[in-house]
Amino acid sequence: MAQAAAVAKPPAPPRRRRASATPRRLPYLLIAPAALLMLGFIAYPVISVFYYSLQEYNPTKPWRNGFAGLDNFVHAFTDDPLFWDTLVFSAKWVFVEVGLQLLFGLALALIVNQTFAGRALGRALVFSPWAVSGVLTSAIWVLLYNSQTGITRYLADVGIGSYGTSWLSDTSTVFPAAIVADLWRGVPFFAILILADLQSVSKDLYEAAEVDGASRIKQFWHITLPHLKDAIVLSTLLRAVWEFNNVDLLYTLTGGGPAGETMTLPLYIANTSVDAHNFGYASALTTVAFVILLFCSMVYLRLSKFGGEDK
Amino acid sequence: MSVKEATKTAPAPLRAAPEPPRPTKKNRSWDEAPRWQIYLPLSIYLVFTLIPFYWILLFSLRPAGSTSLVPWPITFDHFEKVWTERSFGTYFQNSVLVGIATLLMTTLVALAGGYALARFNFKIKRAFMLALLCSQFVPGALLLVPLFETFAELQMINSLGSVIIAETVFQLPLSMILISNFIKNVPYSLEEAAWVDGCNRMTAFRIVVLPLLRPGLIAVGSFAFVHSWNHFLFALMFLNNPEKQTIPVGLNTLMGADSVDLGALAAGGIIAAVPVVIVFAFIQKWLITGFSAGAVKG
Repeated sequence: MAQAAAVAKPPAPPRRRRASATPRRLPYLLIAPAALLMLGFIAYPVISVFYYSLQEYNPTKPWRNGFAGLDNFVHAFTDDPLFWDTLVFSAKWVFVEVGLQLLFGLALALIVNQTFAGRALGRALVFSPWAVSGVLTSAIWVLLYNSQTGITRYLADVGIGSYGTSWLSDTSTVFPAAIVADLWRGVPFFAILILADLQSVSKDLYEAAEVDGASRIKQFWHITLPHLKDAIVLSTLLRAVWEFNNVDLLYTLTGGGPAGETMTLPLYIANTSVDAHNFGYASALTTVAFVILLFCSMVYLRLSKFGGEDK
Repeated sequence: MSVKEATKTAPAPLRAAPEPPRPTKKNRSWDEAPRWQIYLPLSIYLVFTLIPFYWILLFSLRPAGSTSLVPWPITFDHFEKVWTERSFGTYFQNSVLVGIATLLMTTLVALAGGYALARFNFKIKRAFMLALLCSQFVPGALLLVPLFETFAELQMINSLGSVIIAETVFQLPLSMILISNFIKNVPYSLEEAAWVDGCNRMTAFRIVVLPLLRPGLIAVGSFAFVHSWNHFLFALMFLNNPEKQTIPVGLNTLMGADSVDLGALAAGGIIAAVPVVIVFAFIQKWLITGFSAGAVKG
């Protein structure tokens, strides 16, 4: 609507006298800095990843460099168990993290959306880990999981776990331990987004439902949840992509260990390119990861009918 | 004043006058849950949220080797050590520099682009929007190698400029979409009215639109700052010189040491957290309004 007006208005003749920024060129001038930055530092690297994925390219073994066709991809799919392991772990990680973050985030948002004494303080405290970095989260949870001085020692006092074990170096505990650490800072993201959206639910709807005798649970299912749907779809999608791509936390907390137990695909790719210098193969893996992400996102948006019928 | 009124996203909630108490047991108004249903889960969650914060504070303030659960006797040795011996003073400066430069660049570039997206129809607009959305799926971490090569060609390895550019570029798409939604919420007629009064586009924008964008710009700018403050991989990859490192890389080094000095690690963590906490306290009230105005709907 606003845009239709925008197109109709500018050509009014009197305004033509300003030679400097004629409306025709102005939008292009305005997006130019952003477009140039993104072309240079996103598009170009992406294209070179696609290019390298078809090459044998390893700076430490220059005699083998050259065109490799689809060899890298064939190797990944047929000959590299680590690729499958890390892909499966990534899927598991994203699924569990996003699911739990959404569940707790939604619950928290509903709670702090109520009116109660101390609400402002409650909100501030609940949201506080939101801005904590992955590295700092790791630092904090390394302190908490430390076998000598961590909280685990006190939990052992009351019979949870045993003394002297570090949850991060035991293959049976490392997954839940890492999940909890990431939940700690991930839940507030959902809580903030959902709370923001909750504030735009018309209160008349609830009052009408109340008059009709709908229980609070029914109100939640039939008013709140449908209203939140688009926000939830979008935030889960963004978060899933983010959780898939983000390597800060696991890189610093477990480094993919112990014994590769928490190695995600991006971590594996980072190791392949940074430590093993196998850029060609890492590029092929990156391409695969990119295609998988794009495909899953499209399926997700289609299945969830994002945007509803009004678009 | 009236302008502000007009652009509020939601009308002030119509609060029904307190209804007369009903004869049934449901004698609370519709939006009130029983108190324990609020305070019990909230307290449990708060314990989970706050213990980690307490733990790191405890470790940073109690003497090395102490196992006391209260930081007493209190000591600031760890902070001194980390700030000077472990060069957190230098890291802090670098991080502040990167954070502020990223904030300024992201906000300015996104503001220009966001205005174009909100106010004009132009040929490549759809393609550009699509590119913005697609860039969300591009994993920055996976572009490390080509980015490294690009910056090497530009002779920018080991200069903070490389990190600033990389952080800005990956902040841009979302920031621009957010800002364009904020601008769409400002009625175009306001700008037109200013033109009629003789302002040119730039002046009209500065006088009429910019003040209304404040909450949105604060949200976007602080995101950019906090994000670049926290982000770790770009600095790790592009800055090899210890003089040029940033705080997250310093923290990672502390964690990677052979025998981790827990006190130093905790103190380093507190130093990393302080600016973020300050920014957070400052923007919290803008955050929710900023989001509800621009983030999800649009």
